Amino acid sequence: MDSNPTLEKVAKGNALALCAAGPWTAPFAPALERMVAEAEASGGGGTISIDVSQVSRLDTFGAWLIERLRRSLTNGGVEPPIAGLSAAYASLVNEVRRVQSSDAPTTSPLRLRAPLEQIGRSVVGFGDTLVNLVAMTGAVTVSTLRLLRHPLSFRLTSTVHHLEQVCWRAVPIVVLITFLIGCIVAQQGIFHFRKFGADVFVVDMLGVLVLRELGVLLVAIMVAGRSGSAYTAELGSMKMREEIDALRTMGFDPTDVLVMPRLVALLLAVPMLTFLGVIAALYGGGLVAWLYGGVEPDAFLMRLRDSISIDHFIVGMIKAPVMALVIAVVACVEGMAVQGSAESLGRHTTSSVVKSIFFVIVMDGLFAIIFASIGM
Amino acid sequence: MAKSMPKKKPAEPIIRVRDVTVQFGATKVLDGLDLDVQRGEILGFVGPSGAGKSVLTRTIIGLVPKISGSIEVFGVDLDKANARERRSVERRWGILFQQGALFSSLTVRQNIQFPVREYLKLSQRLLDEITIAKLAMVGLRPEVADRMPSELSGGMIKRVALARALALDPELVFLDEPTSGLDPIGAGEFDELVRTLQRTLGLTVFMVTHDLDSLHTACDRIAVLGDGKIIAAGSMGEMKASRHPWLRQYFHGKRARAVAGA
Ligand SMILES: Nc1ncnc2c1ncn2[C@@H]1O[C@H](COP(=O)(O)OP(=O)(O)OP(=O)(O)O)[C@@H](O)[C@H]1O
Ligand SMILES: [Mg+2]
Repeated sequence: MDSNPTLEKVAKGNALALCAAGPWTAPFAPALERMVAEAEASGGGGTISIDVSQVSRLDTFGAWLIERLRRSLTNGGVEPPIAGLSAAYASLVNEVRRVQSSDAPTTSPLRLRAPLEQIGRSVVGFGDTLVNLVAMTGAVTVSTLRLLRHPLSFRLTSTVHHLEQVCWRAVPIVVLITFLIGCIVAQQGIFHFRKFGADVFVVDMLGVLVLRELGVLLVAIMVAGRSGSAYTAELGSMKMREEIDALRTMGFDPTDVLVMPRLVALLLAVPMLTFLGVIAALYGGGLVAWLYGGVEPDAFLMRLRDSISIDHFIVGMIKAPVMALVIAVVACVEGMAVQGSAESLGRHTTSSVVKSIFFVIVMDGLFAIIFASIGM
Repeated sequence: MAKSMPKKKPAEPIIRVRDVTVQFGATKVLDGLDLDVQRGEILGFVGPSGAGKSVLTRTIIGLVPKISGSIEVFGVDLDKANARERRSVERRWGILFQQGALFSSLTVRQNIQFPVREYLKLSQRLLDEITIAKLAMVGLRPEVADRMPSELSGGMIKRVALARALALDPELVFLDEPTSGLDPIGAGEFDELVRTLQRTLGLTVFMVTHDLDSLHTACDRIAVLGDGKIIAAGSMGEMKASRHPWLRQYFHGKRARAVAGA
């Protein structure tokens, strides 16, 4: 038994035979393919038969290459006969004979096509996102109106479960991050204000910045990354496994069952987290002002009371539920848009986070304009 | 579909399971199980739902840890094998999971080519042709090659998963309920295909199935799992003659009679 397969031309009388020998199996496929290509190139002319009686082993790869050889040596509808085929291998060769050769996959001649296509898809995708956001907002509104008429149909258990996930379990990380940011802002403020001998103004800056902007923005961004992505992944994998279709066929509205509890949980969670975040940031800032800037806690509190008004606090807290709404709607839209594959799930989860952070910042800008115009 | 008699087999077990116990929490799913699968045979594996057929399959492959016992595949104990030995064993088997387990982010073509690319250096042309050939073998048209798994029907997923399991022309294939979800004609063709492959490639098949037709037409030997052990193993005739209550019900129940009478 040969250790390497061969394919040799042998003259038998006035006919020509291609004698295959050795193992025609997958591990030898590259060598086999080369031999078959050579035989094809030099072949043709005269009657040719393929003799496989010396083949020691044959698998699908080998059988296909023999079939390929036969097809390319066929001319004028005359197929070269295959000789020496054992009964066991005959059925395998017959099996691959039934394979129709398909056209090779066509690649576009235009090199620019892929990027152009990508741009087109992105534009259409952006339009779709807006439409989907509006559609989801509509569905949520309808669901809310229905709930107002039948308050008992509200899914309290589910909401409480989500509240635990997105609020209670988020408290440590939110408090830690906002505390640290408060520290950093205070330290930077003191460091630069000190040059003008205006150390104490750091309290004004800290109060206004944290209450109006930093607290709610930081919390919204953290919630988008932490809970928005979880919402998208949960809904997306339910979508992938047809669980959402199953719900629908049982007469449930996925918006009622899946979206509303998550949305309500976030609407409650973001203001609470914002409140905690603001306190933590002020605490951190106060601590740094005392230890690094030498501003006594009493003086800090006095100054804080003078420099900020309840308006600043209200501005921050008004923004919080709106941010929650934006994050929840974007996350649910992305989750529902997941198609069958794991890759699609990953893509939509990413884009859920990116889009909700984008919209959170856009909303923040709009709020800044509105509050400035009403003088708050 | 003539029932071809098993040929004379050399007594060389390709899978050797000895005294294997598998436990999830407090429940023992497999309890001191012994099993031999001979080279070149098609073993049909039956048992009630939840008996642990899938668990045994996964244990043999090494996906489920066992608390005791030993398993040899191709004479290699996978617990003691080093990475290279393991890889060479994995190169020689193919697995069809109960749910198909196609890679959802790859097309059908890429799914089938995935293991081939990993182990063989083939030209793209040969790869594509072999893919189409494998698809044809499992009864699918070439157009299917560029679809995503999420665009396939349940039966098509099974077929593509089989094509992937067969992609490297393995010596041993594990099939977990290959014909469930196929129409009867498709299932019949499938049984025929398994037989053909066994004859031509000398394939050994470990087939978990609930399909009495498959047991009749495709399997050389049948093993029955119950209470965590093999309660019977032998030919169809021996199964039918058995006095075990579950076996009696399984092979002489209404559905079995309908199959036998057909
Ligand atoms: N990962 C797991 N954790 C806990 N229990 C499991 C796990 N996998 C399987 N089981 C249990 O092991 C038992 C056997 O399951 P298995 O999937 O092997 O059944 P089966 O015989 O293949 O049934 P079917 O014919 O329905 O496919 C079941 O009771 C199942 O609940
Ligand atoms: Mg199973």
